[in-house]
Amino acid sequence: MGKPKIATASLAGCFGCHMSLLDIDDRILKLVELVDFDKSPIDDIKKFSGRCLVGLIEGGCANEENVHNLKEFRKHCDILISVGDCAINGGLPAMRNVMPLKECLDEAYLNGPTVYNPEGIVPSDKELPLLLDKVYPCHHVVKIDYYLPGCPPSADTLWEALVALLNNKPLELPYELIKYD
Amino acid sequence: MSEKTLTIKIDGAEVKAKAGQTILEAAEEAGIYIPRLCYLKELSPHGSCRVCLVKVGGKFQTACTEPVVDGAEIENNTDEIKQIRRDIVDMLFVEGNHFCMFCEKSGNCELQAVAYRLGILAPKYPYLFPDAEIDGSHPDIFIDKNRCILCGRCVQASKDLDGKGVFEFVGRGPEKKLAVNAEAKLSDTNMDVVDKATDICPVGAIIKKRIGFATPVGQRTYDEKPIGSDIEQKKS
Repeated sequence: MGKPKIATASLAGCFGCHMSLLDIDDRILKLVELVDFDKSPIDDIKKFSGRCLVGLIEGGCANEENVHNLKEFRKHCDILISVGDCAINGGLPAMRNVMPLKECLDEAYLNGPTVYNPEGIVPSDKELPLLLDKVYPCHHVVKIDYYLPGCPPSADTLWEALVALLNNKPLELPYELIKYD
Repeated sequence: MSEKTLTIKIDGAEVKAKAGQTILEAAEEAGIYIPRLCYLKELSPHGSCRVCLVKVGGKFQTACTEPVVDGAEIENNTDEIKQIRRDIVDMLFVEGNHFCMFCEKSGNCELQAVAYRLGILAPKYPYLFPDAEIDGSHPDIFIDKNRCILCGRCVQASKDLDGKGVFEFVGRGPEKKLAVNAEAKLSDTNMDVVDKATDICPVGAIIKKRIGFATPVGQRTYDEKPIGSDIEQKKS
C-alpha cells in the first residue's frame, strides 16, 4: 500500500500558513516519509492524481475560483482541514464584508488616494475570477472536518495535527497550541 | 454577629462559603475558577453573558448572581456545562467581527482566553459579519463596536465607579448596541483615559490609543497560562 496523500491549497490567503508548514524545519523529512504530496503549491502539482487522505485549506473564499477549488478538494479528500484564521473566519480579506463590493472596488480602482486610473477602468474580464459579494469562511461553503486556528497556526500546531491524523489518534491540541493570532 | 459558614459542594468537592456570597465568589475563594465575561468584582453582577452558568440542584443558574445555600450541590466542570459554555462563546464570536489576527487586545482578551480554555478551535455557527461602527474621535480612547460583546461592564463602570454615565445600551434583542451618552461621538462626552471604564473592557472594543503592540503577541497575559490560573493557584 502506498503512502497516504496530502493536498494543500491557498485560496484567499497570503501563503503564510504554507510558510508555517515549511517552518516544521527538519521534521519535513519525516513528513515526506509519512506522506506523499499531491495537488499542492509545495510541489506545484496542479491537478489531483487520485484520492487524498488529508486536504489542508488555507484562506477563505473570495471569488468563484476559490469556491471551485474548495469543492474539488472536498471531492478528493477524506479529511478536509481549515488551516488558519482566513479559512476559519475569512480573516483579513473578510474586512470587506462590512461594505458593499462596489464600494470596495471603487476605493481600490477609482477613489483611493494613490490611484492613478484616468480612464476609470474597474477590472472586469471573463478571464478574471468573479468576486463573491462577501468573503466566506470555508465551512460556509463545504463541510470541513477539522479546524486549526492561528495567523498562521504555528509549525508545531500543524505538525501535531498531521501526526495525530496520520496515526489515527484524536486531535487534541494542548493549550499553548490553540491560538487565534 | 459572626458570619455563618455554609458548606456547598462544587463538582463533588466540599467548599466552605459565607452566607450572602454568590456561588462564583465562594468558588473563587476556594480556588475554583468558573469562567465569566461580564462579571467583575467591583461591579454588581447581572448574569448577562451566561458564561458562568452552573447547575444548582439540577437547575441552571448564573454563578455570579446565585447566592449560596447551605448544602447546595453545584455542577461546574461537567461535559454538559462545558459544552453549553462553548456554545455561548461560539455565539459571541459569530455575532461580532472578532478578527484576533489584527486586534490589539489579542492575548489579553478575555473572550479569546475563555475560548482557548474551553478548547474552541472554531465557532460552530455561521458568522453574521454585522455592520458595526468604530469611533476614533476621542484623543486617547478608541471604540470598535465590531468587538463588543454587550457585557455591560463599561456601562456600569462609567455610571457606578466613574460617576459619569458615558455609555448606555440602545435597542433590544438583536438590535441591542452600545452607545455613548452624547450627541454623536465619544469625544463629545467627559470620558477620560484614566476612567475605570477605559480599563475594564474584556475584549478589544474599548482600547487606549498609542499602546498597540507595546507588549508583543506571544508575551501577553493569556499566551502561556489559561485564564483563571491565578484563581486556581489559591487552591492549596
